Amino acid sequence: MVATPPFSLAEALRKEGLSRADYDEIVRRLGREPNRAELGMFGVMWSEHCCYRNSRPLLGQFPTTGPRILVGPGENAGVVDLGEGQRLAFKIESHNHPSAVEPFQGAATGVGGILRDIFTMGARPIALLNALRFGPLEEGRNAGLMEGVVAGIAHYGNCVGVPTVGGEVAFDPSYSGNPLVNAMALGLMETEDIVRSGASGVGNPVVYVGSTTGRDGMGGASFASAELTEASLDDRPAVQVGDPFLEKGLIEACLEAFQSGDVVAAQDMGAAGLTCSCSEMAAKGGVGVELDLDLVPAREQGMTAYEFLLSESQERMLFVVAKGREEALMARFRRWGLQAAVVGRVLAENVVRVLQHGEVAAEVPANALANDTPINQHSLISEPPAEIQAHWRWSEDQLPPASREGIGSRSWNQVLLALLDDPTIASKRWVYRQYDQQVQANTVVPPGGADAAVVRLRPQQGSEAMAAATRGVAAVVDCPNRWVALDPERGAMAAVAEAARNLSCVGAEPLAVTDNLNFPSPDSDTGYWQLAMACRGISEACSALDTPVTGGNVSLYNETRLPDGRMQPIHPTPVVGMVGLVHDLAQVTGLAWKQPGAAIWLLGVPLEACSGPGSMALDDRLTLAGSSYLECIHGLLTGRPPQVDLALEKAVQAFLRQAISAGLVACAHDLADGGLAVALAEACMASGLGASVEVPAGATRLDRLLFAEGGARILVGVAPEQAEAWQQALDQAGGAGPAIPAQRLGQVQASAELVISQADQVLVQLPISELQKSYEQAIPRRMATGV
Amino acid sequence: MTIGVVVFPGSNCDRDVRWATEGCLGVPTRFLWHEERDLSGLDAVIIPGGFSYGDYLRCGAIASFAPILQEVAAFVERGGRVLGICNGFQVLTEMGLLPGALTRNEKLHFVCEDTPLQVSPGHCQWLKGYGDGETIHLPIAHGEGRYQVDPGQLQQLEDSGCVAFRYQANPNGSVGAVAGLTNPAGTVLGLMPHPERACDPATGGIDGRRLLASLLG
Repeated sequence: MVATPPFSLAEALRKEGLSRADYDEIVRRLGREPNRAELGMFGVMWSEHCCYRNSRPLLGQFPTTGPRILVGPGENAGVVDLGEGQRLAFKIESHNHPSAVEPFQGAATGVGGILRDIFTMGARPIALLNALRFGPLEEGRNAGLMEGVVAGIAHYGNCVGVPTVGGEVAFDPSYSGNPLVNAMALGLMETEDIVRSGASGVGNPVVYVGSTTGRDGMGGASFASAELTEASLDDRPAVQVGDPFLEKGLIEACLEAFQSGDVVAAQDMGAAGLTCSCSEMAAKGGVGVELDLDLVPAREQGMTAYEFLLSESQERMLFVVAKGREEALMARFRRWGLQAAVVGRVLAENVVRVLQHGEVAAEVPANALANDTPINQHSLISEPPAEIQAHWRWSEDQLPPASREGIGSRSWNQVLLALLDDPTIASKRWVYRQYDQQVQANTVVPPGGADAAVVRLRPQQGSEAMAAATRGVAAVVDCPNRWVALDPERGAMAAVAEAARNLSCVGAEPLAVTDNLNFPSPDSDTGYWQLAMACRGISEACSALDTPVTGGNVSLYNETRLPDGRMQPIHPTPVVGMVGLVHDLAQVTGLAWKQPGAAIWLLGVPLEACSGPGSMALDDRLTLAGSSYLECIHGLLTGRPPQVDLALEKAVQAFLRQAISAGLVACAHDLADGGLAVALAEACMASGLGASVEVPAGATRLDRLLFAEGGARILVGVAPEQAEAWQQALDQAGGAGPAIPAQRLGQVQASAELVISQADQVLVQLPISELQKSYEQAIPRRMATGV
Repeated sequence: MTIGVVVFPGSNCDRDVRWATEGCLGVPTRFLWHEERDLSGLDAVIIPGGFSYGDYLRCGAIASFAPILQEVAAFVERGGRVLGICNGFQVLTEMGLLPGALTRNEKLHFVCEDTPLQVSPGHCQWLKGYGDGETIHLPIAHGEGRYQVDPGQLQQLEDSGCVAFRYQANPNGSVGAVAGLTNPAGTVLGLMPHPERACDPATGGIDGRRLLASLLG
């Protein structure tokens, strides 16, 4: 008999984010009415956060298999085979809503949660990255959010001893009040077998380890699946509080425990806490779990079954342990100062049965909670929304004329400095300086050094920990949200292409993707269209570039109800996290010029490209539409972003990687926000060496030459002694397969000055110190006045 | 010849120190769990960086009561060499083996970057590998590294040649730009920068090598 204290159904459904149809389905599955605790269990398990009820039909199209993929979507993290007996677990996850109401703890626990996903698999976390979005820093509230988020990430990552090696930060008014905090973690497997989450072995004890359970983080998964309002600040109890010190012990103790072979299955308690871990473990294993709440280590007295089941207290895990081994296992955790208790057992019957005070507090078939969860049906509009079509009609000839002196009242020098002062483009040193980038002694390329972070693959434990290691893993996170807002399919394709390009620029072979889909509500036509088109773009690009998706996270309802009642949706932001393999660390290439006299080459679509031979129409793979230049200088967010040429991307990236491994390339840097001029400036600032570059003279607009974006383009430095071999490699590539478009633009100079000219007339001439001033001060200057 | 590295719950540079001493420099290195008391066979002890016991209360405050550190204090009495890095430096000041205290950085932020330091070997035999006044670069990575001591004591430390490392671009507001200190005997050294992160050319500079290599005399 299940206890059923009375409650108001309408109010309970609202609180759990369930519909009346959901309720009817629950009654059907149970064959009776649920009690309050059971309803809470369904509420979290059927939220978007836990079961992807809006996005699941779209996620099915992602390519998820490949020769290197060991674990794809569905487990705590994806796992790829790196060869030589090494395996890498990796995953990205969002903590957007918690960070909006409590930035420090929201971001900190986001880091804690993603780390648990990694070490639950039996992998030791070796690196963290993050993708962040905020509103303009000129608004004090946004500056305050960034201050808190960065401090929270730093607090957790630094203390737990995992280096934060990379990331990206961008700013747009659509994120005001709804910042995005996506954390990605990488781990190197330390156990022979990948630890799975499906329970097995009827009668095996279920063991709870880690921190105690309290009332913090109640209903966080449901909270994370609704839009933000002013009243969301009252939801602060739904934000958990993290303790990285406990997590550090939990990592060590879990990895020891997994190596002992005593652990049959493991699941971390993240969203939906005990409910999720019990039902997932039971459903995946095709068995049942009995859980006695009186045995759960509690932080406070008098907690109801509902509170125990829905608590999202941090740093907790649930294990199924081989019978008879539970005492030995629990001793390992107590040695690290952690809680450990037998709280239940595995049942033959497929049911999650919860006991409290000697009575059954909840009893639900595990499959009813975790399998065949409801799907919200949305219909996809047949053509792009009218406002998007209007944007696509914009063209470059609507801009004022550009002369060699500049545009409007601004010189090209002023335009370049203004772009470097855009916080989205500017140096992120203010951010990454707060992260420990080096702990674990394997960081080969820290933030700011190259287009991707590179971490050496030297294990922390075992005999190989003291051996020299020559291979590494590279990682990036990318999302051109401005493009996604204007064309979600092209924008999402570009996110994948740019991630692969960034990995290729350090010489790494792209392997696999984890994606974080941050979107507004899917309940509007435009919202669902954005989500659907972005998923299509990711699928196409991941298929073309051979980088399967191994899992990720979906965060919907990222919008803020403004005081006047209107909703402000964020730019749809599908963040792509990608990992790559570095076969030889000695070949890793940075973005800084290496030596004066080196030739500067541009790979990818040529600067003056037209749409076809003899055509005067512009090549739509390259454009000022949706560019940083258009937004920063002309105040316009419009146009259709560049067409993504995946075949060209693939060819250019493969060529570059081959040239890097042959030792032909001194430095490589991809062209992103701000186009050619910004990329040149960045290579100058990183090295202290100047550059003198000549752009072609012709009919092409000057601002298009300098600041257009797209085109699979990469800036490459080639030392004089490699010039011949480089030319040969280009010729051979053209003979053997698709030609690699490449043009020589100029030369690296000893003088600390960037000079860009056209037909002997100078367009840009700036000392590096002046570039630095704009680039380095952009964020600190705004933070000093904003906070 | 063996180096011991203390491991507290929350230490996170213990393995990095071993990689530097044993992996890069070939010196046998053994971990010392905080509940242990056995220092036999050790020529030097390193207290590594991290967040010992979560750094609750004050950084290093709880660690200073650990059983292993009672033995380390006795080891120092016998003339043994002890190096405290980052959180280890905080522990040494909490134990009273070095004067002063380390507080929250002046601008409150955690700071991780390479920083130039001026070395003054003074009485410290194991810093003799560095020239007097030599500039070296070591990474720092701390949120609470602002050295504090009263002006009289600072003068005393200066006069007695105990200020072994000084920041050239003071990143945290330390008095006298103090980055590292020795005791008057030169057997105990505490510093906020991380010499173990500057031993491996694959990951950065190698200015920390001479310090760790000469720890054994």
